[in-house]
Formats: sequence, C-alpha cells, structure tokens
Amino acid sequence: MQSKPFAITLKPGTSLANLTGTWRTARPVYLDRLPPCNHACPAGENIQGWLFHAESGDYEQAWRSLVENNPLPAVMGRVCYHPCEGACNRGQLDESVGINSVERFLGDEAIKRNWQFDAPAAATGKRVLVVGAGPSGLSAAYHLARLGHQVEIQEAGPLAGGMMRFGIPKYRLPREVLDAEVQRILNLGVTLTLNAKVDNIEDSMKQGNFDAAFLAVGAHIAKRTYIPSGDAAHIVDAVSVLRSMEGEDKPMLGRRVVVYGGGNTAIDVARTAKRLGATEAIIVYRRTREKMPAHDFEVEEALQEGVMIKWLSTIKQADEGSLTVEKMVLDDKGVPQPTGEFETMAADSLVLALGQDVDLSLLEGVSGLEIKNGTVQVSSNMMTGHAGIFAGGDMVPSERTVTVAVGHGKKAARHIDAWLNGTAYQPAPKHELADFGKLNPWYYSDADKTVRPMLDIIRRKTSFDEVQGGLDENNALFEARRCLSCGNCFECDNCYGVCPDNAVIKLGAGKGFQFNYDYCKGCGLCVAECPCGAIKMVAEET
Amino acid sequence: MSFQPVKFYQTGTYTVGNRLLTPEEHSVQSGQTRNNSINSGHRACQGCGEALGARYAIDAAMAESHGQLIAANATGCLEVFSTPYPESSWQVPWIHSLFGNAPAVATGIAAAMKVKGKHEVRVVAQGGDGGTTDIGFGCLSGMFERNDDVLYICYDNQAYMNTGVQRSSATPPAARTATTMPVGSEPGNAFGQGKNLPEIAMAHGIPYVATATVADLRDLEYKVRKAMNIRGARYIHLFVPCPLGWGTASHDTIRMARYAKESGLFPVFEAEHGEVTGVLKIRHKISVEEYMQPQKRFAHLFGKNAHPETVARIQAIADRNIRKYGLLDEEEVA
Repeated sequence: MQSKPFAITLKPGTSLANLTGTWRTARPVYLDRLPPCNHACPAGENIQGWLFHAESGDYEQAWRSLVENNPLPAVMGRVCYHPCEGACNRGQLDESVGINSVERFLGDEAIKRNWQFDAPAAATGKRVLVVGAGPSGLSAAYHLARLGHQVEIQEAGPLAGGMMRFGIPKYRLPREVLDAEVQRILNLGVTLTLNAKVDNIEDSMKQGNFDAAFLAVGAHIAKRTYIPSGDAAHIVDAVSVLRSMEGEDKPMLGRRVVVYGGGNTAIDVARTAKRLGATEAIIVYRRTREKMPAHDFEVEEALQEGVMIKWLSTIKQADEGSLTVEKMVLDDKGVPQPTGEFETMAADSLVLALGQDVDLSLLEGVSGLEIKNGTVQVSSNMMTGHAGIFAGGDMVPSERTVTVAVGHGKKAARHIDAWLNGTAYQPAPKHELADFGKLNPWYYSDADKTVRPMLDIIRRKTSFDEVQGGLDENNALFEARRCLSCGNCFECDNCYGVCPDNAVIKLGAGKGFQFNYDYCKGCGLCVAECPCGAIKMVAEET
Repeated sequence: MSFQPVKFYQTGTYTVGNRLLTPEEHSVQSGQTRNNSINSGHRACQGCGEALGARYAIDAAMAESHGQLIAANATGCLEVFSTPYPESSWQVPWIHSLFGNAPAVATGIAAAMKVKGKHEVRVVAQGGDGGTTDIGFGCLSGMFERNDDVLYICYDNQAYMNTGVQRSSATPPAARTATTMPVGSEPGNAFGQGKNLPEIAMAHGIPYVATATVADLRDLEYKVRKAMNIRGARYIHLFVPCPLGWGTASHDTIRMARYAKESGLFPVFEAEHGEVTGVLKIRHKISVEEYMQPQKRFAHLFGKNAHPETVARIQAIADRNIRKYGLLDEEEVA
C-alpha cells in the first residue's frame, strides 16, 4: 500500500497513451502533383524529376532520368522553344527556371563524358521499320530499341537528322552535337540505312519482314504561291536554301535578299543569307510583329543581326533585280487587306518561306488510310487507318516542332510495343496540376535567372558559329536549384518540423515521410507550410 | 554576430531541413533523432504555436546541453496541456510549482546543481506571457538582477489562453479578449503604455536577450544554442500564435508568426549586455492590416464598422519598430 509516495494514487504515465488522432476531422496525405513544366512539355519529359538530381550535382543521374523520355537533350537544349519555361511557376515569383539551358548543359556533359544509354531490355524478336531519321523517327527508334525490339531506320537523305540537319541552321545547332546524339542512339543496336527512300511502305515492310512500321518522313516540300514574275527573276524556296547549306555548293542569293513569309523558317533563311554575305536581308510579311508565327526571341535576334522586316506587305510581282510590293492593312478581325498602294524594292533573289507539305507518295495504294489537308490522320495511339502502320512528326496534324516530333516518337513507340504484344498501352493517369496557388513560395530563396552568354554581334553576322552559349557547371547547378519542385516532395523537412504533435515520421534520405495518424490532430500546418504543394487535406469519413 | 542565413541552395535556411546542405549545417528539428522534448499525445489545441515553439526551443537546448537539462515550468497552457495527472509529455526532467515562481524555482535548481558540482547540468525556466509579464514578473526580475545561471523562455501568445482568453500585459492594443470586449468608441484592449519585456530584460544588462518566432526556426535554434553557451541570466521571448485565442485557422499559426515579423509588429532581434547586436530583417514587408485581418480578435477593426484610425495607430507602432531596430535594409526604407 505504501509503494507510492504520500498523496499519490496513480503511477506516472505518458501522454503517448492519449491518441489525439481521434480529434481529427480531416487528414493530411502526401501526393505527387503534376508540375506545370512537365504538363507543358510536348516530349513528355519529367523535368522536375531530372532537375531534382541536377540540384544535388548528380548530373549523370539527371541525364539518365531525362533520357527516359527524350534521347536528344543536347539538341533540345538548343532548338526547343521551351514551353516548359512559359508554364514554370517560378515565372510568377521572379523569372522562370532556365530549364532549357540546364537541359543543354546535361546534354553537353553527356557528350563530353561519353555517357551511353542503359542497355535495352531482352530481345523480343520483333522487327520494326522506321521511315525517316528525323527527330520523330530517331525518338521512336530509341524507345523501341530500349524496349527490346529490332529497329531499322530507312532514311531517304544522305545523313540522319531530318529537319534538325536540313532545316535548322548550324548557328543554332552545331552538327557535331547532332551527330553525337544520333550515334548514341545507333549504339543501342539500331540499324540506319541512308539514301534509302521508301517508295511503297507495304512492299518495304514485306521485303524486310517487319512486324510494324513507324512513318516519320516529315514535311519537306516547299509550299508555293503564284507570283507573276519575269523570266530572269531569281525565286527559290527556303527549304532548298537551307538544305543546300549542308552540301558543298552554298546557295547563291546575291547581295540583296528578300524572304517572303513570317515563320521561323523565314527568320532562319534571312539570318543565313546575312551570314552568307548579303548586305541586305529583308523579310516581307503581310501582317504585324504581334501576329507573326515566328518566335519573338528569334525575331529579336534576327533584328540584332541586321535583318530587316517589312511588315504589312505582300509581294505582287517579281522581276530581275526588283520586286513590287503592295501595302496591307489589318481589318477588324486582324486579317490583312490590300490597300492598292504599291512600291518597288530592289532584290537579287526572292526566297519563299511559306510553309511545307508532306511527301505522301510512299503511302499510295495502302488501304485504310485517311489523308486530310495533306497530312496523315492517326488515332490517339498514333496508328494510321492501316493496322501496324503508325505515323508521327510533321506528317501528322500537329504543331511542327522538334520537341513535338520527339514526343510523337515516344508515344508511338509505346503503342507499337503494346500492339506487337497484342495489348493496348494505357498511359498512367495524370496527376492533378500543381499550379502556383498550391505552393508556399515564402520558403524559396530569392535568385534571379542565369542568362546564357551570346556570341558577339560581329561574329553572328559573319560566321555560322553557335549564337547562344551554354552554362558552366557552377551556373547550371545554380539554375537547377532555382526549381521549386512544384507538386513533388524535395525533402525540405518542413512537414516534419512544423507538426506541433510530432505526428510526421521522417523515414530517412530519399525515403520521404509518413504520417502517424494516431496523434495527427489534423491542424493542416504541414499542408500550409509545405513549400511545393505535395500534401493535401482530405476529409475524414464520419 | 547575428544569425547567418544560407543564401541560396534552393530554399536556403528558410525550410526546416535542406537536403542540399552539409550535415553540419542541418537544424536540430530536421534530425531523425531529435529529442521530441514534448511527446505526442499532449492536449494542446490543433495547430498550437506554443507546443511547437516549446519543442523547437527545448530540443535545441537539449542538443546543446547534451541532454543535461532540467526545466521549470510556470502555470499556463504549456503546463496544463502537457501534464494532466498522471500523464506527462515531457522527455526532459521537468518541474511545475506555481504560476508566479518559475524563475525562482529555476534559480534554486541552478544553485543546487552548483552545490553538487554538476556544472554540466543546465537549467531552463519557461512560462507563457501571463506567467512571465504579469504574475512571475517579480521573480523574473530578481533572477535577472542576481544574474542566476538560468535561461528563461517566454512563450508569448498575447493573453491568458488556458483560462479562457483573458487579457495580459502582453495583449496587443485593440485586441478582443474575454475581458476586453469590442465595445465603445475604442473597442478591444486599451492602447496603454505597453510592457515590452525583452526591453525590460535588456535594461537589467543581462548577458543575453533575444526575440524569435515559430516562423523562423533556424533563427530560433541559433539563439537557443547561443544562449546555452552563455553562463548567467538569459532571456528568450518567443512569439507563438494561438489559433484559439486569436481566432485564426489552425493551419495559419506559422503564417501569423511570419506576418507579425514581416509587418514589423514583432521585431526579431538579439541583444548582449543590454545592447542590440543583431536583427532579423524583414524580407517581404507587409502592412499590419495583412497581419490582423485573418484574426477574429481584430475583426471589429475591419468590415462594416471599421476603425481605420485604430489600424493606423497600430501601423505607427510597426513603423516605429522598423525605424528603431532597423528592420528594413537601407534602400527599402527610402
């Protein structure tokens, strides 16, 4: 009876006996949300995922994570129009993360250090024919090869790369970069046959004993428009000008070059003409800068290099050494209307950059196909109306960019793989979007974007050296660490720290956290103070 | 030498942890083996700032004293919610005696340890703003004056919350409490003269005085660890929002503490021997309105029968703090 001190009736206890979790009306749960960059990426890259590794300086792991979705990071880091950066939540804080420049850094690092892809899966014995060695074909070949299929690319041209080689000028994409990334794909065991134009896809499939085919022939035929012209007028198309830049004989454009069109190709040709020695490179475009389809930064770079742009003008007549141009006005709907005012401008040559069509001759006689507006129609699994024939890139209806093409290649490869196995590929359901409102931006350090160096203007006007420089290791690391990791835990320990009830269990580096619902009172502090929006409250069932 | 924040590393030192920092740079709270000085199962309200602040502070003190720590506790929320007989949440030797005598009890413990030759055993005393600024004020001043080897931590939630939200001398002007109702021409708590305890502590000339909030963990840990390396009387005034007494959402506790600091209403600084030696600058300045509007205890100042003149008087207090302590960088003041 006297085992306890005077006036003490109960043994000492611990508050752990008191399960305060019963107070809760809502519980926090960890989740992954979809970062806006990933959501915007046409190639379906897990950008936040590879930046996570780059943040800790593990560039090889970052690169390996990147190439899970896109085998061409060094190319992407130069030519992609980076819709990811447009969507980046950091843009609402200071400036978007320089995703594109970090991607290029990783791509260049991989070339420098000769990193190779992980070995393919066990051979399946299936054979797939890829027609065209452009970004879409290369991407499909890469993904199919990694899945264990035997892939042969048949390319009509003398070199691989498609529009990356014959459309994009060297000053934007040095060829040794392209060659290195193509070679790495071939190292996976992909066969590349050059100068092999496929005339009839069904015959080619039969001959080579292929189980499926992916068509990615691109759009190489320049669109024409009727311009009355004298016999001696020098009119060429942009596609052939850019293509001939890859050969021995450079195009002869003269001193005064006029480019007709308002897309990125028009800009590329005008800048190329300038570098070839033209004293004047003038773009004639029928609408205004705001309405121009070309990307504004490219317009800006062209203007810096001395390219001139004649807005609100159409070309009515071409003669030897001169052009007749009509002034236009925009009507209420923004459509250009003729004014009847004409003027003459001097021009040694006229380059037409009015868009491209697809060469569909290889599909003649193939049953089940649907062709609309000069493009092949494909269903959501990238298959044409003919079973086993898939298509992607510029030859199917879509935005025509390298990144979209790479995305098509990946998507098609997954569906081809499923189709070869007699199943259907089901993409994982998308997570809900991690928009800016889901973040607690207080926690991110203030850090301005790193600007990539630009080549000096004299060399930009006279040489084909690359215009935009890359980041070095220091500023690439800095830039990677600007990532907010939207919607995905980056182990900042905030939830673990801010819980007044010690109801968050830290599982250790790389393992994340877990709630202890025995004691979680459901206050929601962890949700409110999670910087990246990777926790949400869910009502308890009553 | 004030707290040196890590400049970049994605989140710098703003978050509790940061996987990009070296292990030496990690906070006590981010450690898997932190002491959890107040265990789970305590009966504090959802989102309690005081429970959180006490764990932050005592864990840091435990780390710095290598587990050789004794805590005396004044009556108040912290004592009530952590030790309903016969349970205790404390993972540290802990004693409660009266509302007003925690500093004196701690002084006694420190003296006993000295007599026993246990120099490695350190003593903290803790209490709420009521136990510190009102009821225990005499004992505390004595402890300061004798320079007893105790670290006193005041968890300031600006009223007597445990007994039903009555006004204390730390309750801010215009705030509604059970005893300062929002009626009359000057609703809520009177403006009065205020009772700034950190400055009173500084006036004693004791070796170390600091203020901190639960929104700046790294700053708080730095101050506790620094205090633990000093012998003599030390005082830390820790700002801990109270969802119940302030009428704020339980998930807003840390945001409220952050806003108090960012508005300038609660200056975060440290002082040695009566002189200010460092301040935590305001990072993104906000108006006092942004801080007060989410709190129901200030609801009568806004809306239909608003009192903009009262808000302006409170803004003037914040502006004076900013000027007095230099809370903004020079170019931002201009």
